[in-house]
Amino acid sequence: MAAFLINSVRLPEWLAWTITALVAAALILNVIAGGALAFIWAERKIAARIQDRLGPTRTGGRFGWLQSLADGIKLLAKEDLMPDGADGMLFRIAPYVSFCASFCAFIALPFAFDFVGQRLNVGVFFVIAVLGLEVFGVILAGYASASKWSLFGAMREAAQVVSYEVPLGMCVVVPVMLAGSMDLVTIAEKQAGWLTNWYLFHDPFTFVIFWVYVTCAVASVNRAPFDLAEAESELVAGFHTEYSGLRWSFFFMAEYASMFLVSALAAILFMGGWNGPVPLAALAGFSEGNGDTAHYLVRVVGLANLLTKATLGVLFMMWIRWTLPRLRIDQVMTTCLKYCTPIAAAMFAGAMLWQLAFPGGLIPGMARPAGEIREGWLEGPGGQSAPVVVPSVDGTVAKAVR
Amino acid sequence: MGSESMISLSGPVLGPVLAIGLPVAAINWHSVLFLLFATLASIFAVGVVLTDNVVRMALYLVFSLAATAGLFFLAGAEFIGAMQLMIYVGGTLVLLVFGVMLTAQAPFVSIKPSAADRTLAGLAGSSLLVVLLAAALSVDSWQRPGLGEVTAPTATPLGMALLGMRVDGPAAGAATGAVANGYLLPFEIVSIHLLVVLVGAAYLARAKRRRTPRPIDAAASVVSAVSVVEGSERVELPAVVPPRSGSASALVAGGSK
Repeated sequence: MAAFLINSVRLPEWLAWTITALVAAALILNVIAGGALAFIWAERKIAARIQDRLGPTRTGGRFGWLQSLADGIKLLAKEDLMPDGADGMLFRIAPYVSFCASFCAFIALPFAFDFVGQRLNVGVFFVIAVLGLEVFGVILAGYASASKWSLFGAMREAAQVVSYEVPLGMCVVVPVMLAGSMDLVTIAEKQAGWLTNWYLFHDPFTFVIFWVYVTCAVASVNRAPFDLAEAESELVAGFHTEYSGLRWSFFFMAEYASMFLVSALAAILFMGGWNGPVPLAALAGFSEGNGDTAHYLVRVVGLANLLTKATLGVLFMMWIRWTLPRLRIDQVMTTCLKYCTPIAAAMFAGAMLWQLAFPGGLIPGMARPAGEIREGWLEGPGGQSAPVVVPSVDGTVAKAVR
Repeated sequence: MGSESMISLSGPVLGPVLAIGLPVAAINWHSVLFLLFATLASIFAVGVVLTDNVVRMALYLVFSLAATAGLFFLAGAEFIGAMQLMIYVGGTLVLLVFGVMLTAQAPFVSIKPSAADRTLAGLAGSSLLVVLLAAALSVDSWQRPGLGEVTAPTATPLGMALLGMRVDGPAAGAATGAVANGYLLPFEIVSIHLLVVLVGAAYLARAKRRRTPRPIDAAASVVSAVSVVEGSERVELPAVVPPRSGSASALVAGGSK
């Protein structure tokens, strides 16, 4: 977009870059805020259905679809209270720390081939690193609230963080290893083609490790059965007991944004990203000669693909939230450290050996080997493709392909 | 192409017209962003020194380190920047947790170093500053890339080098015909070292298990059983408490049959 503004509209370079950055930031903010509104409504409806209720029915006519907006307005109008003994500065800043961490992680998240705020060569790593910062807000809120419930929540969160981060990191490493890149765009592009090219179905080990990832991802966004930091039946509301109004809603936006983020990350790492189960574009005969409009349309379809997958992931998280009971903190640590970590390690080794043993997939022709598939015409006209190192089968030669 | 045409337009023809706009265009925005991040890092670093509260110190440290990560991203070193976020900023999380745990009690709420500590820290800090300044001033010319011109080096050569393969191919190795070795050995040594440290830490921190249950544990299990049973509106104790069960839920399940 910046190139377009500079070359076609003849804007000065600094203005073009600023506008590009602002547009990207505004789009991401809309994804977060609009997503939170929709997901909170969905959560209430799903929770109600699972508990044999109706949920919101009146606001906005049928299905209560305006309920989230009404709640938002109510939250805006609410008084912003702060406890007497609270550490004022930390108390005020904590929700924004959480929110900013979620927001920053979105910057490197690609929504379609080149619909990405800033394509990073180390995208996965960046997203995981930034997502880990979200807990700062939780712990600060727990500390600064001067409330024992909040402090309990914060301490539980701290214990939880050190448990899930290890297996989460190991799960993410497997698709990185298969793709030979930490670039999220490259990882997703390597899974282009039929459903069987998804890393989820690459081999049995990746299938298992996907579910380990799901477990750790749920733990990382503080959702039941891992919502120890909140634990409304034990700790009132955990770390956000003392929050009200807009600050409280910032915590919730951060939570829903993180849910969406880890789901989108799962879609990109394991489920082909914006590549649908059926390579419609390739079957329809789209190729490089079809021009910019065709490229753009294909990307919009890809965007819809990714959003659908991520939304399904979020709905899955809601489903298990209202189905499973909350774990105790020691059970959380046992799950993450005693089970998930060894499983992830074993699956990592297994996936590695599988790649060595069956570099072309188990059934020849069913799945094309990872690394060979490039829908070359998807390389944008800007030539933004990063150099991709294709590790060959025997691991001796690595060549850089521009 | 775009910038060229801008220059040719704004130079002789539209120079006077764009005179007001020119200072904005002439600013090196890369430097502006650099100054922004650097100022943030410095301000929060000073904040770490000046504040007494441990938790606030940790928070300022987080902000300072995150701004430094921003500097790395600005320089196009994405891997280092993400590393900075993961290791330093993430590592400060542990510091923050310890701060929170310590400051839950009053005597540690604020840290006031003694005069000797201040002097020592000041000496160490200023000598480091002198070294860094000398190094910075000894560089002949600093490169100043413009916006969008940064061709970010990828992390791939780094990763391959750690695996023992130099894909970037140093010129010296190519000239002598020697195979360029990567950094596999140092990498493995560091990995093993870290693994040993991890195992040692786990050994030191593990819960010491006793072979036989202490009497107090059996008593505790009875107490918890009583409380749970009371919760379910059964006041009488089960006649026999299994000595090793210790699980209140088993008792409740047995009682409700």
